[in-house]
Amino acid sequence: MVESIIFYVFAISTVTTATAVVTVRNPVHAALFLVLTFFTSAIIWMTLEAEFLAITLVLVYVGAVMVLFVFVVMMLDINIALLREGFVRYLPLGLLVALVMLGLMVSVVTSDIFVLDAASEPVPKPADYSNTEALGRVLYTEHVFAFEVAAVILLVAIIAAIALTMRKRPQTKYQDPASQIRVRKADRLRIVKMPAGED
Amino acid sequence: MTDFFLPLWNWLHEYVQYTLASGAKALAILLPLFIVVAYYTLAERKVIGYMQMRKGPNRVGPRGLFQPFADMFKLMVKEIIVPTNANRYLFIIAPVLTFAPAMAAWAVVPFDADLVFADINAGLLYILAMTSLGVYGVIIAGWASNSKYALLGAMRSAAQIVAYEIAMGFALVGVLMLGGSLNLGAIVNAQAGGWSEWFVIPLLPLFFVYLISGVAETNRAPFDVAEGESEIVAGFHVEYSGMAFAVFFLAEYANMILISMLCALMFLGGWLSPVPDLIGDGIGWLFLKTALFMWLYLHFRATFPRYRYDQIMRLGWKVLLPVTIVWLFVEGIAIYFEVPLFV
Amino acid sequence: MFAKIHYYLKSFLFLELLKGLGVTGRYFFRKKVTVQYPEQKTPISPRFRGLHALRRYANGEERCIACKLCEAVCPALAITIESEQREDGTRRTTRYDIDLFKCIYCGFCEEACPVDSIVETNIFEYHFENRGENIMTKEKLLEIGDKYEAQLAADRAADAPYR
Repeated sequence: MVESIIFYVFAISTVTTATAVVTVRNPVHAALFLVLTFFTSAIIWMTLEAEFLAITLVLVYVGAVMVLFVFVVMMLDINIALLREGFVRYLPLGLLVALVMLGLMVSVVTSDIFVLDAASEPVPKPADYSNTEALGRVLYTEHVFAFEVAAVILLVAIIAAIALTMRKRPQTKYQDPASQIRVRKADRLRIVKMPAGED
Repeated sequence: MTDFFLPLWNWLHEYVQYTLASGAKALAILLPLFIVVAYYTLAERKVIGYMQMRKGPNRVGPRGLFQPFADMFKLMVKEIIVPTNANRYLFIIAPVLTFAPAMAAWAVVPFDADLVFADINAGLLYILAMTSLGVYGVIIAGWASNSKYALLGAMRSAAQIVAYEIAMGFALVGVLMLGGSLNLGAIVNAQAGGWSEWFVIPLLPLFFVYLISGVAETNRAPFDVAEGESEIVAGFHVEYSGMAFAVFFLAEYANMILISMLCALMFLGGWLSPVPDLIGDGIGWLFLKTALFMWLYLHFRATFPRYRYDQIMRLGWKVLLPVTIVWLFVEGIAIYFEVPLFV
Repeated sequence: MFAKIHYYLKSFLFLELLKGLGVTGRYFFRKKVTVQYPEQKTPISPRFRGLHALRRYANGEERCIACKLCEAVCPALAITIESEQREDGTRRTTRYDIDLFKCIYCGFCEEACPVDSIVETNIFEYHFENRGENIMTKEKLLEIGDKYEAQLAADRAADAPYR
């Protein structure tokens, strides 16, 4: 009973906030609604006994990715009037894409994989059952190859991103206070002994 | 008494009983927390005063002991001013968004072997998730205030929290590698057997990384650039007054106490006695160890000048993160080869 | 090379940070120097420049002769003087106003006064409750002078050897 109440409350808020993401005018509000969508879906995952995934969703998407999203959106000075231009022009294309996606979703949802029997209500696990441990076990045994490939791809992406954004301007001269402080007399000064007073 | 209340209690629905019991437990954690926060603010002013050869607040009540209540009363009767052109709803909701995760994180903190509100398996992850949510309050407050200073403060704070979150998370990975669990109670129990078993010894570098990122996470001196009085007046909460400001304040101090307690739990053996043969374990040990870290927060604030913003970023990304990764590597090898300290 | 190792060792062992913590830790136990203000007060120099006053001679005659030197020297233009001849032929002020909002308490008026009439007392705790109270009129100034004459005379006497 309580489970279904929780589910409906959060399912409804997930759908409404997801709708709000694409309908509200203020981009910052949209980003914040997206945060709320993630959060409510994390709670739905929690009711499905997937607490590791739920917490990771909050930790990674809400806590890190969306922070950067909101960060960027706040920095941008988005001109909403400009964005609304050409709405009619792009409408047919947009509708087409939406229709295709709708068709795909309907075909997926109505297929055998997604019927209620296939994904039945999760059986409550005993208290000492650790979702994290089970996930780790599967990840590092059965799917270790895919996991490692994903890791490598991420590493490549990180390095690429750094390489793309790192640019040194050769003509700029930087000060390094730390090295300035570290300088000793011997590094800069050479004392030369000279005969003095002769002629 | 019981004759009257017991039937009444049994008459209630199971869910109502559960809700009431949970509410009572939450109150039992939060009310003492509020009192500790109140007196922590007094302690901060006193300690910093003493370190500057001053006496600190000593007017309200004997030796200034009622000062927190005077402050609280002042903040409660003050008007909450919403700036013109501020985003009204977000402006009001921001302090709540900082406050709620700071309180929610306390749910999984164990105080003793079986004194914990929610003994969940992924406790450590839960705490990380909750502390990472606190940044929204700061960002939203900065943006909704419609003030340049507030926005700058929010930006600084957001970048800083995201940067240090990673170092902090990696430091915790080291803890859970040794503890073998994400449950905080299990982590403490893994340190049983006197002070030589505490994780602080094998994980000394991670301990320092955690301590430093903890101070940075809570936006405290010397990492308090989000407030930076000298350049951006008070950062993200310039425009806040009255209770709205008090809620930010409360959340900040609750987070400081939380980080202190987590330090004690994960590195100093929580409620375990350092010499179990002489003195038994108990909740007193946990409070003693927490108080040590809470003292350090104040001591740091009284001692260190504020970091420059780019230095904070450099420290987080280029020093703390590599240190943690190197030490995780060392730890992994040590655990594999069963080096004495690491098993 | 050695300097670099030394540097890394120094920063990773937190040596300087610990030294700083040690300093504040020591100061924590130092004797406190707080002055509990309304009850305790710091000693005040006889040269202290506080609220203004106009003094009188011992026979009750006001000292001010309306020479307007103070008005001329005042860098903040805080003093306004109007004068008139009295029946006995002496020149006296009819108006002597000091605007305390303009005054910067530099003490030049006191220095300029040839008859030690305008002086600055050591009163620094005063306030205004209504508009216009910031203008110290001649009556108010004389009243202050009469009230604190003993203190004023003592202060002048204490400072006299250095003038």
